[in-house]
Amino acid sequence: MADQNTSRGAISIRNVTKIYDPDGVNVMAVDDCSLEIPAGEVCMIVGPSGCGKTTLLNAIAGFHSITEGEIYLDGQLLCGPSKPKAEQGADRMVVFQHGALFPWKTLGENVAYGPIVQGVMSKAEAHEKAEHMLAEAGIGDVAHKYPGEVSSGMARRSEIVRALINDPKVLLLDEPYRAMDALTKSIMHESLLEVYDKTKVTIFFITHDLEEAIFLGDKVVVMTTRPATLKKTVDVKIPRPRDYQTLTTEEFRVLVEETKEAVHEEAKKAFDAGERELA
Amino acid sequence: MTDAVQSKSISSVSKKKSKLEKMLTNKSLWRGVVALIGAIIFWEVCSQSKVWFGVEIPWIGKVPPPTEVIAAWQKILHYTGYWESWYLSTGRVFAGFTIAMIIGIPFGLLLAVNRYFRDVFFPPFEILRPIPPLAWVPASIIFWPTTEMSIAFVTFLGAFFTIVINVLGGARSIDVQYLRAAQSMGANQWDLFWKVILPGTLPSIWTGAAVGMGITWEVVLASEMISGGGQQGGGGLGFFIWSSYMGGTVAQVIVGMISIGIAGYLSSSFIRYLGVITMPWRRLF
Amino acid sequence: MTQKNPTVNIKEAPTGLALKIYNWKKSLKTLTPYLMLVGISLWLGTYYLFVEGWELPRFNKLPGPVEVITEWINPDPDWGISMFSPIYYEHIMISCRRIMIAFTIATCLGVPLGLFMGWSKTFRDYTFPILEVLRPIPILAWVPLAILMFSGFETPVIYLATLASLFVTTLNTLLGVESIDKEYFRAAKCLGSKPHHVFLHIVVPGSLPFIFTGLQISIGVAWFSLVAAEMVSGEFGLGYMIMDSYMNITYVTMVIGMLTLGFVGWVSSALVRLAGNRMMQWRVRALALEGR
Repeated sequence: MADQNTSRGAISIRNVTKIYDPDGVNVMAVDDCSLEIPAGEVCMIVGPSGCGKTTLLNAIAGFHSITEGEIYLDGQLLCGPSKPKAEQGADRMVVFQHGALFPWKTLGENVAYGPIVQGVMSKAEAHEKAEHMLAEAGIGDVAHKYPGEVSSGMARRSEIVRALINDPKVLLLDEPYRAMDALTKSIMHESLLEVYDKTKVTIFFITHDLEEAIFLGDKVVVMTTRPATLKKTVDVKIPRPRDYQTLTTEEFRVLVEETKEAVHEEAKKAFDAGERELA
Repeated sequence: MTDAVQSKSISSVSKKKSKLEKMLTNKSLWRGVVALIGAIIFWEVCSQSKVWFGVEIPWIGKVPPPTEVIAAWQKILHYTGYWESWYLSTGRVFAGFTIAMIIGIPFGLLLAVNRYFRDVFFPPFEILRPIPPLAWVPASIIFWPTTEMSIAFVTFLGAFFTIVINVLGGARSIDVQYLRAAQSMGANQWDLFWKVILPGTLPSIWTGAAVGMGITWEVVLASEMISGGGQQGGGGLGFFIWSSYMGGTVAQVIVGMISIGIAGYLSSSFIRYLGVITMPWRRLF
Repeated sequence: MTQKNPTVNIKEAPTGLALKIYNWKKSLKTLTPYLMLVGISLWLGTYYLFVEGWELPRFNKLPGPVEVITEWINPDPDWGISMFSPIYYEHIMISCRRIMIAFTIATCLGVPLGLFMGWSKTFRDYTFPILEVLRPIPILAWVPLAILMFSGFETPVIYLATLASLFVTTLNTLLGVESIDKEYFRAAKCLGSKPHHVFLHIVVPGSLPFIFTGLQISIGVAWFSLVAAEMVSGEFGLGYMIMDSYMNITYVTMVIGMLTLGFVGWVSSALVRLAGNRMMQWRVRALALEGR
């Protein structure tokens, strides 16, 4: 599986602008943003709350239209002037901020859902594969439980499994570990790194935790406060596979220091503006 | 870049639509209007031509058409009796409703605040609650000396149970952290009640009040119809409907139905309005 | 659901009956059950003293608790109706049958209507205003029209109860669809669902909690309207029994009717709640873990 994926999932964002229009008052969420993400890269987007990171993700996933610019996936147009809203598809899998496992399905049924509705597998096959993949992720024995019965960490992990079972080109993660405590978070990070090392899927990861960004990413993109545009791009050259010991290396510390100022500046601007965050 | 931002935001201001403009361009609104007009035309056509292609139209065929209803309405607009029944019914609704609020809110809050009070008084309350308010009508007529008082009592019961249940639920769902925060800032029991529990319960109080208002109208109407309000000069919209029915003027029955619908709608809007002005912190949402 | 891993189950807290017995035993050690008894006896005692003990003015016109209970369990009732008279059960059966018919019709119509209204904005735009215009009209105001539109006694009574339930069920179902988190729709689309998948796997299960809240209110409202309709017109049923005993000045029977009505109404809403819990295991289990 690993070598097929390395050549696919390149995202190219070109001069994208997004203006929201609630109640006739225009709010610019993203302003002239360009970004290249090569296939198989982990791209981390960092910025203050409500700056427009999610808007960018929604544009790629096809939840929202964009006002100007184009987005390409593997050279094919996702959205642009001719079609402002990308089609939603199983090639780009989203893991949501608050978690979107269907609470009325067991974890196993949740994971098996994608292949069944897409018609690529029979029910029995899908359930078998789901159970297999959950077991591989170390949560096989809770496959028959409902999301409301397991810890947030387990739920989050199975949500990632639910995305991966569809063999996506890109994984879009919207602050997936936001509400977790630091200890659970570090476990989640390790498991995500493990998944990445296995699949080499392209990852578009939104966060406002700088250390998380540097620990996980190949590239960290710092965004300005609303309207969002690129402020700084940092390449993270820490070799893979990484583990928690990476966090204490000199290399890591230097990178954090380098980026911290830029992030802090934007966070302060956003705070002073004091606007209520867009959903 | 900042220039670009500014020019874009300036152009956006000029695009801001007025409220009226927004309402007129609202697709949902027009669809609603179309649906309502369509329904009225359907009603008119069905009840005008009672037989279509040899098939008798069921149900609607027996109801007078809207034009007839409007004619009947125009006729009685000048009657003082019609307006008097509005006045009587509204008076009964608000009397019963106000008493229910005055007794129900403190009772519900006490149930929520004091465990022992709840343990003692909640079980009898729960035993009586499933009995539909209308089943109380005969007992109430026996007990109270006048028809007016028995109607008020049944009306009170209808709203009372709903209000108490809502107040209790609302007060018990207040986040304990608010109480602890207030206590840590030095609030005593009295402050806790007035500054935290009461405002925290307000949303549920108004929800309960809105539901209770609806039930109140149902109950007033029913007791006016059952107790034959006319005998003791009772009147009211319920009696208006019933006597129109007895008199065989079906168009007037429908006038009564629409009138009571309007009255009910206006009174729940009034409750909603009270909710908005007493809870400024909820206006944002 | 087959339980594949027994080791997991052993660690789980007791559920079902075992948990209930445990909780019950624990509550016996607190004051609550005794205070409950105090409350109920306080209420019955006041009732007894006011009506039968001191015979206070106005109260003495009402039948007292002793009178009601002796009549209720009297094999040879003084006023014609008790636990041993077949007519009592006939009234109950007839009311229950009407409720069942009305509730079934209202649910079969109201739930799909609400689901479609929530699912398709166009459909909602066209139907919702009509519902909203009809809703403020109290159900009782329909009585004369119902009698005119449907012949006989049975159909108008059932029609009224159905109408009342229908509004509640439809609106709650609609609210239920609206309450579903937008992210579930997005996730479903993202996973490759066609519209009919979204409807079956997201809209229907997601709105179930609200649907069942609605159904509980709806069966209460159905009883409310049924009683009213039976009191105004009708030949049988508990509402008729109450009104009839009032007319015949057999007040004891009237109170028996009221209490029976309360009990039957309570049982029916408990049944709806039970059905809801059976269909929403995912919710019951999650709430149980939150300690509710």
